[in-house]
Amino acid sequence: MDFFHVLVVLLESTIRVSVPLVFAALAGLFTERAGVFDIGLEGKMLGAAFAAGAAAAVTQSVWVGLLAAILISVLLSLVHGYASITQRGNQIVSGVAINFIVFGATVILGEAWFRQGGRTPALAEGARFQIINFPGADAIREVPILGPIYADLLSGHFLLTYLAFAMVPISWWILYRTRFGLRLRAVGENPGAVDTAGISVIWLRYRAVICCGILCGFAGAYLSLAMTAGFVKGMTAGKGYIALAALIFAKWRPKNVMLACLLFGFLDALAIRLQGTPLPLVGQVPVQLMQALPYILTVILLAGFIGKAIPPKAGGVPYVKER
Amino acid sequence: MSTPYAKLPGWVEYGLVPLVNLAVAFIVAGLVVLLVGENPFEAAYHLINGAFGRGEYIGFTLYYATTFIFTGLAVAVAFHCGLFNIGGEGQAYVGGIGVALACLWLDQTMPWYVVFPVAIIGSAFFGALWAFLPGWLQAKRGSHIVITTIMFNFIASSLMVYLLTRVLKPLGSMAPQTRTFAEGGQLPKLDWLLSIFGLNIGTAPFNISFLLALAAAFAVWVLIWRTKFGYEMRTMGHSPSAARYAGIRESRITVIAMMISGGLAGMMALNPIMGEQFRMQLDFVQGAGFVGIAVALMGRSHPGGIIPAAVLFGVLYQGGAEIAFEMPSISRDMIVIIQGLVILFAGALENMFRPAITRLFAMWGQRAAAVVQTKGA
Repeated sequence: MDFFHVLVVLLESTIRVSVPLVFAALAGLFTERAGVFDIGLEGKMLGAAFAAGAAAAVTQSVWVGLLAAILISVLLSLVHGYASITQRGNQIVSGVAINFIVFGATVILGEAWFRQGGRTPALAEGARFQIINFPGADAIREVPILGPIYADLLSGHFLLTYLAFAMVPISWWILYRTRFGLRLRAVGENPGAVDTAGISVIWLRYRAVICCGILCGFAGAYLSLAMTAGFVKGMTAGKGYIALAALIFAKWRPKNVMLACLLFGFLDALAIRLQGTPLPLVGQVPVQLMQALPYILTVILLAGFIGKAIPPKAGGVPYVKER
Repeated sequence: MSTPYAKLPGWVEYGLVPLVNLAVAFIVAGLVVLLVGENPFEAAYHLINGAFGRGEYIGFTLYYATTFIFTGLAVAVAFHCGLFNIGGEGQAYVGGIGVALACLWLDQTMPWYVVFPVAIIGSAFFGALWAFLPGWLQAKRGSHIVITTIMFNFIASSLMVYLLTRVLKPLGSMAPQTRTFAEGGQLPKLDWLLSIFGLNIGTAPFNISFLLALAAAFAVWVLIWRTKFGYEMRTMGHSPSAARYAGIRESRITVIAMMISGGLAGMMALNPIMGEQFRMQLDFVQGAGFVGIAVALMGRSHPGGIIPAAVLFGVLYQGGAEIAFEMPSISRDMIVIIQGLVILFAGALENMFRPAITRLFAMWGQRAAAVVQTKGA
């Protein structure tokens, strides 16, 4: 039963670390499907986490925090949109720039406003998300197998955790079952055709970018309002890039995005768990190898050695109306 | 980009437009200073004073500039080939292995002028190696260079943590770094160069790798504008289909261009490792690979523009430290914001002010033409 216990703990932390990845990767899914590459996921998430932490600390309200996160993240998305859609600038350059600006700004503003070395003040109970326990979770915990699964895996997470996993089918439904989704996907494959049909490429792409901003806002809010009580300097720590890797690994499909995020989250949880413990046959695996594994897997996938990741055709290319 | 803009005179294209973009970046940065509740003009004063106020400060400014020349050239070389090498950070980091190995091997027996060339080759080799894989994957397997280089940055960082905590760390030491190099692993300072101008370099680590950086800049200029290979690279960067029709071997060019780019990024490691710290530490690159992007964008990917752009960022880094010292409410991270703003305005939004400037010039041109006409009549 010891192995089972370890597994449950491992899966529980997998879910916990996967949430921001799921949100951010779905965010990337929306823009990239619309043909706007976004390596600024990291920056948006960080900006949102800071806004959430700062607003919640000042107002003592978790909802104001969440709202601020979404607002800042959407604003940053619009900057990216303006640069890459309206000004037809280089989308990669714009994303890099946003990551830089946000990293610097969160430290400077955090230090100036709260004077705690770039942190926001620790949030009290009411100013952050609380764990939701399902009815009867404690009573059923002692039941073998099913008990821990119900009490620890399904119950006992934050509202945003459930929202993240609910967003997977919702995103699928939006992208594949609505008119907006059809057009959004089309604009990422062949904007010329969409334009010919009399639909505004620009407005569609802006809407996709806004969707991305909202989802990154949730990701950031989860980091500073649920996972920890407050913002810490550079707290995304490359999660935006992992989310990007997961998005590619998932070949730009919603269900795969979730699976890829869970896989990368699992590797992360496993790396922490395995720290210093030797494995049978292979001996001690360096933590660094485990940490690098998502990136290595993504590179291998991109190289076409395990399936092929084909990005949206018009991705990264600004649309110019032909005259 | 893809939309044609009216042709502007050279000095406007390469001088005024980047300057306007830079000015806007600084104005926005000034707004951030205001937001923090400080005086932006005071910050600007400390920036300039901190970068040029004393010989020592100038030494530090040029020390940082050396680093940025290497990474800026690295980005620029790939850029001419239409490749966006975002992996300078990882390539420079891995390039450090070459420097460290050369120094650890030879420092106790050889003088610096023997170790230095070996370290150059080592750093360029490891940097090129780290860029070879993404280049090869792009050329042969069609994976996107931007994504693979990002991934390689992270892989490099994990690899270096592993190497520095387990392999290169001397026995019994707790800190994740190599041992301190003996004299052979330490580059001489360029104090004589500054003393020509009557400046005292003080403790500034301005060293001989600056001259290497200048030589590299010249070599890049020759490579890109004076060789067949450079011509082929530029053709590919300009129009891949034209290059294909011309029979240029795309995959070969891609891989070689990336390796040159990575080699240049790797050579950046010489400056901090052999020139300042005399040991390899964790995170010695400190974002210089990314600064290279801003430097290359500012310098329009031309060595003649990259050197002043690198000096500008040297000013930011050295002057920024002074701002942080003099104005405690502004930390060094202000530089990161300015850097981001420069990347945004000089890179992604480079065409934002172009229509206005073009219109201005069209008006000016018309008036000049009108004056000529009235004079003629």
